[in-house]
Amino acid sequence: MRNRALAIPYVVWMALFVIAPLILIVIYAFTAKDGGVTLSNFSNMGQYFPAFRHSFVLAVIATLICILIGYPLAYFLSKESVMVRKVAMMLIMLPMWMNFLLRTYAWMSLLDDNGLINQFLGSIGLFDLINGIFGTNLTCFHMINTQGAIILGMVYNFLPFMIMPIFSVIDKIDPKVIEAAQDLGANNTMVFRKVIFPLSLPGVLSGVTMVFIPSVSTFALSRLLGGGKTLLLGDLIEMQFLGNAYNPHLGSAIALVMMVIVLVCMAIMNRFGEGEEGVAVL
Amino acid sequence: MSKELIRLSDCVMKFDDDVILDHINLYINDKEFLTLLGPSGCGKTTMLRIIGGFQKPTSGDVFFDGVRINDVPPHRRKVNTVFQKYALFTHMNIFENVAFGLRINKVPDPKDPKRLIKVPEAEVKRRVEEALTLVNLAGYGKRSVNSLSGGQQQRVAIARAIVNRPQVLLLDEPLGALDLKLRKDMQIELKRIQQQVGITFIYVTHDQEEALTMSDTIVVMNAGKIQQIGTPEDIYNEPKNAFVADFIGESNIIDGVMHEDYVVGMYGRKFRCLDKGFAPGEAVDVVIRPEDIDIVSEAEGQLTGTVTEVTFKGVHYDTIVDFRGFKWLIQTTDYSPVGSRIGVKIDPDGFHIMKKSPYSGMFGDYSSYSAEYDELNEGPDEAEGGDEE
Repeated sequence: MRNRALAIPYVVWMALFVIAPLILIVIYAFTAKDGGVTLSNFSNMGQYFPAFRHSFVLAVIATLICILIGYPLAYFLSKESVMVRKVAMMLIMLPMWMNFLLRTYAWMSLLDDNGLINQFLGSIGLFDLINGIFGTNLTCFHMINTQGAIILGMVYNFLPFMIMPIFSVIDKIDPKVIEAAQDLGANNTMVFRKVIFPLSLPGVLSGVTMVFIPSVSTFALSRLLGGGKTLLLGDLIEMQFLGNAYNPHLGSAIALVMMVIVLVCMAIMNRFGEGEEGVAVL
Repeated sequence: MSKELIRLSDCVMKFDDDVILDHINLYINDKEFLTLLGPSGCGKTTMLRIIGGFQKPTSGDVFFDGVRINDVPPHRRKVNTVFQKYALFTHMNIFENVAFGLRINKVPDPKDPKRLIKVPEAEVKRRVEEALTLVNLAGYGKRSVNSLSGGQQQRVAIARAIVNRPQVLLLDEPLGALDLKLRKDMQIELKRIQQQVGITFIYVTHDQEEALTMSDTIVVMNAGKIQQIGTPEDIYNEPKNAFVADFIGESNIIDGVMHEDYVVGMYGRKFRCLDKGFAPGEAVDVVIRPEDIDIVSEAEGQLTGTVTEVTFKGVHYDTIVDFRGFKWLIQTTDYSPVGSRIGVKIDPDGFHIMKKSPYSGMFGDYSSYSAEYDELNEGPDEAEGGDEE
């Protein structure tokens, strides 16, 4: 755009709501309650290591699952007719039009010990069958309030963000390039390994970014699906601002450390996709 | 010439109800530079894709070295393709692009011919360098695809396609995206490469000048049918019908009558010509190339007409002359002003007589000369290349 004036609304917006808050967080992180400059917010960070570890491990697992589910789907979708793609994209996006909390509550009632899934399994006599064979006393599969349920929540909520960028990158690969590879002697497996997959990496990278970052900072999911047993970073930070442990200085410091770690992760990832476009999400 | 390598036998290609190829019969010799020439939509690219294995004919057979290959997939054919927009692998450097075909294929182990091994790295290196040298890109291996110009990318595409030493190289309008000057250089270069590697080139283009420059054999196509097969000289000097005469170069095509061998009549006059073998009184199309016509004074002329348009073209003038309502194009270095009455003289070898065909009457009148230029520029893939007639 030649006319810079058009950018002013967004620049103002960004200054007010992106840069100013960031500065505030940095200031908070390096000050104490009495207003003095301190590093104590960081020196105590060690005790929260489990929350960091849980958050990153769960986010990594959720991201990997998203790739495993999302990549094949995006790949095969790109070969389908326009009609099929449109319907599939609709279905992929559909859950996102519903409120996040509502979706999560729905999972709660599905996964509950007396929830729909267990009721169904009980009604078809699965537990009786298992008990009969193994001599156990099983009345339900315990699914709610586990780390598995948290991961499920992450995957369910963020999967579309993995599928979309991968799909759009694969879809843009010139069919002639694939024909060229076949022409030079590559069979379908080799075409995928040597051409399609490398060319689709930028899509995977932006997908990873878009799934990993919200996963690592998620809160509420762990409380609602994990029963609050697994303290995640998002919950930890929330507690510092809204909970009994009110301490925005510590909360800011944790948020800052998390941000730095995420940035470093992304920088390393982008090194892999060096020279490729499409990873400009950060 | 040399032996037959590829044969298309009664090939038909249909998409839904559209007939793209209509009972094509064609054989292609080993080490030949053959051009499929025709306007866009004539079926030439489809024919190339059938030979490459990317499409199967609806009916009919394709033979390679005597073996039917209809069901052989592209990666098992001894044929490689240079694509229209190069289709290079942008995630690899130039070296890896060219090496692709070598790395993907296994070769028999020299020590144990039953075992298949990868091509040894030293040989990959040697052959890639060899291919890059052939296309004048030695030393470019480490560059990225995007750092090269269109002409250079085209050379990489050629190197990549010949590194596997195919028996046949298919080229799908490879020069279409290049500018005129570069295109002319590449024409000469392609011919050199073809002679140097000594393999069959099958070249698809809509550019008649390109076809005339490079080919051993030209196959002129229109509407899914082969119109004429011949050497460039044959096609230019002895076009089979009005379509070919009009498509290759400029032609005035006039209704005539063959009175007897070597005598053709038009405009109620008799002219001596070099053609024979027509029935006495047979209606024919008479082709007269614009450069075979001499402008002389009205008194000396075999025919007289009025100049309606003159365009300076550099080497010559394009002069449009009205002969009783039918406008001819004459290309001559003599200037005749608009409105002047002139005579023309045509030597006997300036006439070429064709039998009547479905194309008779469709071409060869220059009443709407400038409009014809517009029409040439209409087709989507002609937009870049159809301007230098």
